[in-house]
Formats: sequence, structure tokens, C-alpha cells
Amino acid sequence: MSAEGHAPTEQREVAVYDRGAAVVQSDAFENPGLPPHRPRQTDLHPEKERRAARQVVLWFLLSMLGSVLAIVAYIAVPIEPGDMGTVRFNNLFLGLGIALALLGIGFGGMHWARQLMSSHEVVEERHLSRGSEKSRARAVEIFQLGDQESGFSRRSLIRNTLIAAVALVPLPAVVLFRDLAPAQDAVEAISNTMWKAGTRLALDPSGTPIRADDVTIGSAFHVIPEDLTELGHGEGYLDQKALAAVLLVRVPLDRLNEQPARAGWSYDGIVAYSKICTHVGCPVALYEQQTHHLLCPCHQSTFDVTNHAKVIFGPAKRPLPQLPITVDDEGYLIAQSDFTEPIGPSYFERLGNIDPEHIPLTAAELETRA
Amino acid sequence: MASRKKTGRRHPLASAALLIIGLVAAGGASAAVGTVANAGPSSSSYAQQLTAADGEQLFRANCATCHGMNAQGTPNGVSLIGVGAASVDFQVMTGRMPMAMQGPQALKREPMFTQEQSDAMAAYIASLAPGPEIPSDEMLDTAGVDAEGLANGAELFRINCAMCHNVAGAGGALTEGKFAPPLKNIDAAHIYEAMLTGPQNMPVFNDANIDPEQKREIIAYLQYLDDNPSVGGFDLGSLGPVSEGLFIWIFGLGGIVAITVWLTSKPN
Repeated sequence: MSAEGHAPTEQREVAVYDRGAAVVQSDAFENPGLPPHRPRQTDLHPEKERRAARQVVLWFLLSMLGSVLAIVAYIAVPIEPGDMGTVRFNNLFLGLGIALALLGIGFGGMHWARQLMSSHEVVEERHLSRGSEKSRARAVEIFQLGDQESGFSRRSLIRNTLIAAVALVPLPAVVLFRDLAPAQDAVEAISNTMWKAGTRLALDPSGTPIRADDVTIGSAFHVIPEDLTELGHGEGYLDQKALAAVLLVRVPLDRLNEQPARAGWSYDGIVAYSKICTHVGCPVALYEQQTHHLLCPCHQSTFDVTNHAKVIFGPAKRPLPQLPITVDDEGYLIAQSDFTEPIGPSYFERLGNIDPEHIPLTAAELETRA
Repeated sequence: MASRKKTGRRHPLASAALLIIGLVAAGGASAAVGTVANAGPSSSSYAQQLTAADGEQLFRANCATCHGMNAQGTPNGVSLIGVGAASVDFQVMTGRMPMAMQGPQALKREPMFTQEQSDAMAAYIASLAPGPEIPSDEMLDTAGVDAEGLANGAELFRINCAMCHNVAGAGGALTEGKFAPPLKNIDAAHIYEAMLTGPQNMPVFNDANIDPEQKREIIAYLQYLDDNPSVGGFDLGSLGPVSEGLFIWIFGLGGIVAITVWLTSKPN
């Protein structure tokens, strides 16, 4: 506590250093002081002190051993090229050695401080953060001198151009980072998929087209548009696959509960649904072939494939978009059109991108809810 | 050393140690009882070749209660006409059938029948109607699968299997008590048969979907997972953030708390 602080204390008044930091000096509680000093076992028994000293030395010796072990392990247990299993033991022993080296120093130092260094309690008053009047005046003086010598206030053109130059420095970063986003309009990019009238349904990843009679009851086919395989990985293959991925299953006709308006969207019990969850876009592909439930692994949304993939459990709000399919004259399954609504989770412009020919399952589906 | 306090107080770890001893004893007893209870007629072996007629006898004695006298199915069990020999071999030789009890799904356990008995029942079921056959040894031979085939098998596994069985084949939960079992150290024939027949709620992956060569590559990938240790050390069940998060919260954070308590305590 500084010298100025003492005078008001004696008068039992409030010492005001500046606004907002009033310190009430008159306190109803008395400082209980420190508890009585209790000597440690190592203070009382010389043999315990010697033992503690040996333990500290042991920790430091262990640390040395750890450092040496880490070097030995790195050489003795090398990573063999082509054998990923060797990474495991190389990293394990290297890590154990370094951990022992560091922990040995830490534990040894702490043990030393706790058992052998002076154990007398010491009170250190916290000093005020405000500097003395003298040093404060000196600081202002330095600033003014600097201003005078550099002419920072006087040469306003230099000063203002400097400020403008500094302000412009982050701009290239803003432009660069903005360009990381797709060049295409984001809403445009996610509103439509590669499916169009006549696109054959093909196996993921080979791109082999699927015949309707290959899809036996109980099967689950993971499907991509046939022309997706023509896209290279640099040409948006994964982006397009993430939009167009479809799960194809055949449900026994007596289990399929179709709405009359959508009856033309399936073929002989074969139905195709987007694999992208309408909740937050995880791939929904855990298909139970007897219950015909589709489960999303992320948040357990469950969709009933026999009822147009309507949500029967979990946080998803909308059924999975259905891909209208039929067969071509060679017996291959083809899409009748793109999905009639944007796939995946909701976004602000989603409702504006639903096709006019979309057949909602219920009136509620068209309500503006996320 | 000499001046150790004799207060009669128990060691602070005594109750924890007692709890662990009790749990281990109870678990061991339960496992022992379970082993005894599950020991069945599998120990009896038949020396002579069994035929489809013997299979019919075995079927009538062990399976007909639920599946019907002529495998036509009852309210308690599906019809087995047309399920094929592959389905019988998978269900019987993984111990899933006969079912121990009705439940969300049949559980894997020690098989109740020998391979000969199972084959005889498979021959009987196959004689009722055509169905998937037990894969031959050359269909299961993964020795010829090269690194490219292995990578291909891994990709097919990720596309078709990993969503339920976990990318490392550790298994996972489904709805209402059902689950996809772990795929560690499974017989190649059983993996093949499971893909072909789609047991229980697993979808069918017929040869048009995943052809026999691709099935072989998937089996090779699973065997690769069995033979190669996890690169990152302890895989904690390969369950991802659940087990890893639990580990770091309990042992990582617990260790930091313990060290902090030690650092700030007053030495005795």
C-alpha cells in the first residue's frame, strides 16, 4: 500500500484514488491473520529430510533416463516405410520417454519446493496498478516530446495517409478469403442436383447402371447419377455426389403405403430417396430391411420408407425428398426428373426453390418451418 | 516409518478396492454360469456323412416349433422356403439360431450344432426351394487380393457397410434395441453369407449390387483390419468421439485435477 493510502485509513474514511475504485477501509471484520506455522515432517526429522532429498534426486535422474529413452526409442523402434503398424510403437515409446523427461523435472521441482525449501508463510501485499504521479507525468512528457519531434500532429497529411495505408492492409485478405467460397451463387449451387429426366441410376462408386430386376426385395443400393462418374475429382465430383446421393430399396408392394398423387414416382415397389438428412445433412443410410426404417447416424432421425420417408422419430422436420423414378425400354432404372424440392437441411431460400410439380405429403410440409 | 498413526481408520482406497473385487467376482461367476448353460449338443459329433433326410430330422426336432413342420413359417418364425443354404449356414453356425429367446434380434453365440449337422439342415432347406448357396472356398480365398483390391474393398465397405457397422468394423446401434454387430475376426464364409442373404434387419447385397469379386475384396479388407493394429495406439473400441471423449474427460481431466490438488495442498 502506498504512502498516500495511509492517511485516509487512520481517519476511517473512504480513500478515493479515482472514480470507480473506492476502497472502504473501515471493515467490520478483523483480519484473522495467518494460521500458526506447523513444521513439516522434513523439518522435524533429519532422516525424513534426507529421504525427501533422495526422492528429489531420483525424480531428476528419472527425467534424465526419460530423455535418453526417448532417443533410444526413436532409433531402436524406427518407423518402417510401408508398415503403418510401426508408427504405433515408435510414437508410444518416444512419447513415454519425453513425458518421463518433462514430468520428472516437474515432479522433482515440486517435491523439492514442498518438502525441502523454506516453509515459512509470507504475506505479499498486492501493489496498486496505478503508477506514481511522477512516472505518469514523465510518460506524458515522453509522448509530447515524441509528437513534437516527429511532427505527428503537425504534419497531418503524412499522418492521415499513414492511417489510411494501415487501414487498407487487411483488404487483400478479405478479398482472398471471400474467394474461398464457391464462385457460383450458393443458393443456386445447392438448389438443384445432377438428376434430370432420363438419367440412369448407377451403383456408387462404379457407375454401373442398375436394372429394375436386380433390385430384389430387401436390397439396399447406394446410388449416384450415371453421368457423375464422368466428373473428375477436380470438377466437383464430391460436391455433386453430396447433392445427388440416393438410397434405392425395394419394398414389398403390400407394405408400401403410397399417396395416390405420388404413385407414379416408384416402380414396382422400388423407391428412391435422397440420402441427405433434412435435419443437418448427414448421410441417412442405416436401412433396416424388415422394419423399412431409415436411421440417421448423427441424431437418430428415423424415416419410414413405406410412408414416403416420413419422419417417425428424431429432430428432422421434413421427409426425405423422393426421386421420381421409372424404367427405360432396356429395363434400367432412370430418373423422371430432378428432385422436386431442394435436398438436405433447410435454408432461407428453400421454399422459393421448390418445383411447381412438387407433391407435398401433407399441408404441414409447406409451412414455413425449419 | 516408526511413528505411523494407528487410528483404526481404513485406507481411503479400501472401499474402491472392495468394490472392484466384488464386481470382478460377480462378473466371473456370471460368465462361468453362462458358459455352462450354453454348453449344448455341439459336443456330440457324427462320424458318418449326413444327408438332407437327416437334416429334415434335425430341423423337425430343433427348428419346427417356430418355423413350422415344413418350414412354411408360423407367427413366431419366418418361412424358410427359398432362404437357401447360405442363410442356414450363417444363422446356425454363428449360433444365432436356434434363438435363445425372442428379442429385438438374435444374438451371436457358440453354435449349437456341428458343421455337418448344419450342412444337413442346409441341404434340407435348399431342397425345398432354390436359394443362395454356401460360397465355395475359392470364392472366399482372399490370398489373391492385391493392394488395389484392398483399397477397393475398403471403399465399398465405407459406401455400403460402414454406416451401420462403423468404418473400423466396430459395430453400432440401430433402432429399438437392434444393433449392427462388430465385424472383428468373423469367418469369411459368414461375412459372405451375411451380404448375400441379409440376415435379420441387414439389407441384402445381391451379386448385381456387389459382385462376388467385390465381396471378396470387402472380406479381404475386414481381414486386413483384423491383422493390422490400430496405427494410433489404443483404439478405445474404434467408437470415435464417444469413447475418446469419455477417456479424456475422465482420465485426462481427472489427472489434471489430481495434480492440481497435490500442487496446492500443504505438505505434511
